[in-house]
Amino acid sequence: MTLTVSRLKHMSCLLLAVALLCICKPTFAENDESTLSTEDVLRVVLLRDYNTRVVIAGTGLLGLSAGLIGSFALLRRRALLGDALSHATLPGIGIAFLIQALAGGDGKWMPGLLLGGVISGGIGTLSILGIGRLRRMKEDAALGIVLSVFFGAGIAILVLIQQMEAGHAAGLESFIYGKTASMLGRDAWLIGLAGFIASLIAVVLFKELRLLCFDAVYARSQGFPQAFLDLVLMALIMIVTIVGLQAVGLILIIALLVIPPAAARFWTNRMGLMTLSAAIIGMFSAAIGSAVSALFPRLPSGATIVLTCSLIFLVSMLFGFTNGRVLHWLRRIRLHRTVGGQHLLRAVYEQIELAQETNPELKPETSVVPVAAVLAMRSWSAWELKSIIRRAEGEGWVVWLPNQTLRLTAEGLTRAKRLAHEHRLWELYLITHADIAPSKVDRDADMIEHILQPSMIAELERLLEAETPLGQVPPSPHPLSAELIDSNANQSTRRKEGRS
Amino acid sequence: MSNAMSGWYWPLDGWIVVIGVMCAVSASLLGNFLVLRRMSLLGDAISHAVLPGLAAAFFLTGSRSSLPMFLGAVLVGVLTAMFTQWIRNTGNVDEGASMGVVFTSLFALGLIMIVRAADSVDLDPGCVLYGAIEFTPIDLVNLSGWAVPRVFVTQSIILIVNAVFVVAFYKELKISSFDPALATTLGFNATLMHYLLMTLVAVTAVASFESVGNILVVAMFVVPPATALLMTDRLRDVILFSTLLAAASAVLGHLSAISVPHWFGFRSTSTAGMMAVVTGCFFVTMALVGAKHGVLLQWIRRRGLAKQITSEDVIALLYREEERDPSATLNMSLLGERLDLSGRVIRKVVRAEAKAGRVVIGCDGAVSLTEAGRIRGRELVRSHRLWESYLVQELELPTDRIHDKAEKLEHFTDRALRARLNDATATGDRDPHGSPIPPEEDESTTSDG
Repeated sequence: MTLTVSRLKHMSCLLLAVALLCICKPTFAENDESTLSTEDVLRVVLLRDYNTRVVIAGTGLLGLSAGLIGSFALLRRRALLGDALSHATLPGIGIAFLIQALAGGDGKWMPGLLLGGVISGGIGTLSILGIGRLRRMKEDAALGIVLSVFFGAGIAILVLIQQMEAGHAAGLESFIYGKTASMLGRDAWLIGLAGFIASLIAVVLFKELRLLCFDAVYARSQGFPQAFLDLVLMALIMIVTIVGLQAVGLILIIALLVIPPAAARFWTNRMGLMTLSAAIIGMFSAAIGSAVSALFPRLPSGATIVLTCSLIFLVSMLFGFTNGRVLHWLRRIRLHRTVGGQHLLRAVYEQIELAQETNPELKPETSVVPVAAVLAMRSWSAWELKSIIRRAEGEGWVVWLPNQTLRLTAEGLTRAKRLAHEHRLWELYLITHADIAPSKVDRDADMIEHILQPSMIAELERLLEAETPLGQVPPSPHPLSAELIDSNANQSTRRKEGRS
Repeated sequence: MSNAMSGWYWPLDGWIVVIGVMCAVSASLLGNFLVLRRMSLLGDAISHAVLPGLAAAFFLTGSRSSLPMFLGAVLVGVLTAMFTQWIRNTGNVDEGASMGVVFTSLFALGLIMIVRAADSVDLDPGCVLYGAIEFTPIDLVNLSGWAVPRVFVTQSIILIVNAVFVVAFYKELKISSFDPALATTLGFNATLMHYLLMTLVAVTAVASFESVGNILVVAMFVVPPATALLMTDRLRDVILFSTLLAAASAVLGHLSAISVPHWFGFRSTSTAGMMAVVTGCFFVTMALVGAKHGVLLQWIRRRGLAKQITSEDVIALLYREEERDPSATLNMSLLGERLDLSGRVIRKVVRAEAKAGRVVIGCDGAVSLTEAGRIRGRELVRSHRLWESYLVQELELPTDRIHDKAEKLEHFTDRALRARLNDATATGDRDPHGSPIPPEEDESTTSDG
């Protein structure tokens, strides 16, 4: 199964590559007409254009407040609230349009439409809260129900509107796809103001909202009005959603609410920092996205902003400080290497012990162990063992003699003794204190020995004082040759399980 | 009904209803497990995320034939589920957030792909993505002499596959939905089940988008299963109910789509939209009056209980007063003061009790117990004092802490429990405060006689 999943991952990468090619293909074809002059770049970057300035400032502000508010929504497990809310505004917008048109006015009078959207969004919010309080209804079900039912109602109303007068309702689509490029100074001011107010409320209520996100029950027991705080959070999300809906469209406002906080999650585990970085990520990706879309022809600004966000998310996922994949892989590789080196040292030491059984005068400092014997100790491949030995050689723990034998250096011997000591302490502990059969303990000790802390070792030594001679490596509680068969058998069964 | 059926035309509307029912049922079958796995929004996510799959299939094949597009969309749908899982596992965020990251990114990618190519080809996201159920009966194919809509054929295949999947893997789906770790220890692969389910969800969703539009399937993935979850606790019944609900909302949805707008002077409206609305109405109804967890019924039950407790408090108070001083009377305002209740509530309760024959209201407003009321009062006071004794003797609570607890417990103590309490408490007839414990009714008559 693990194999299939990783293969699917490769396939998905391939598919993404194809998709990227598809994006680029038309660009190559029309390269001659859309070459960028430095003049154009400068114009956008230095914000010489009034329009560019407005768009970048407006979307940047939106990204900032969306990232800030979205962090709370994410931690409250309501990341997709924006999704549900933006769908829930549709029936209100439709009904507002119907009323305005039937009253003889201009159906598309914006404040009226916005008011309708806010009202039905508010009803949707309350419904989500109400459904969430029903027994066994989870957040996601509440969001899904409100989203689909309200959207269905909205579609039904839009169909009615289309019957009234053909083409009359054409502008309503901009609510779904957004019209960033034609953003006016007025819109930017509106976004800025709404975003500022929402951010201000979030910052003022930071402590309360943080408690709500992490432990709502505790918050309630401390006398915080949990329902009210939930409502405040939802209202903040609604402000950002409805303002952004107009500016960048339905999908893209969801992205601005979700992606920057999710990306920030890879950088830090501290809530204050996370909120701050989410706001910064949101702001920068919105500003960069708008700038890029202003530079290239036929690059819808909303979608470009989202892709910029996604790109930042990808970078965060790979290189983030706390949960980033690269650090994770590096840490795993380092652990793998440490474990490999320790296994090698102990294997060589145990071979020396075996040899000493037949020949008691053998000195560990001078005795050599054939690589083949070490190879047989565990289920490692010859290639794997070779790289482990090379690394141990580099550390100065072993010497790889030309006749395919290994000899421990003084430092290596000290280390090997300590490792065998720790391994056997744990084995003894398992036998005497956990009542595990001596034939089984090797495997368990194998897993824990690499992460034993010095304090733990001291504790074990104290516990096992009676069984272990002080200052010496205790004898193995099980025959070393049997261990060889046992651990090999264990490993091969584990591999089989892993494969199936 | 004749009004509702006025626009009904069997060859069209019959097919629309049949196809609607099939779509709704196949979506809700899988939706049960999506809701249980807290992935209710996956349908919505896939409906946006498939855009790059459609566009890529179009660019690669250069045609708008449905099979490559279908495959492209399904592939991206499965990828959506996979990336979601991946981000959730690595990023410390919940299912919803990772889903949000994936589907918005994919949608934006698809949008850009389409817009970049817009001058050379005609690929409108609206028309590529979403068909309309109203047009399905027009596209007919010949099936062994019968002319049936093409969508009918694809939807029946999907319905059969989904039904077989749910029935055949019922046990595996159940265990892996509730407890993936247990499923793994029992020896079947929860991850495999997850991705099988996700693949079927993607196939169902994509097939429905291009034929009947996205809103119907997004709604049917969530709402009928959620409604059924309010109705019953058994997974098998949940699946059964959700299927029935989905079918019923499809039928009623189409009926209301062609009839309701007439009332306001319009022709008809979106069938898929109305199906979603109808299933939403089912949910609201069930949430309010559902047999088990209905909010309304719970409220009524709670009101009834509150009333009963208040009247019992009145009776017990009257009994205690009588016990203290047989000639003492209490009028209504005094009762209200002692029980900390408003005059209106007291009047209501006392009148109801007078009607039941447990109290009489004197001419000066004084309230006194009848014989029936006295018996009830004795039971309550006996329960109260027995509980106090029990709490002190068996649970060793301090005497100043027992009154409130006994005050609560006395309302839920029947005769059998009183007898057991009496056996459990050693001392005879006095409670820890020194008040006498009144005897049980028939005992008192025998002792009197």
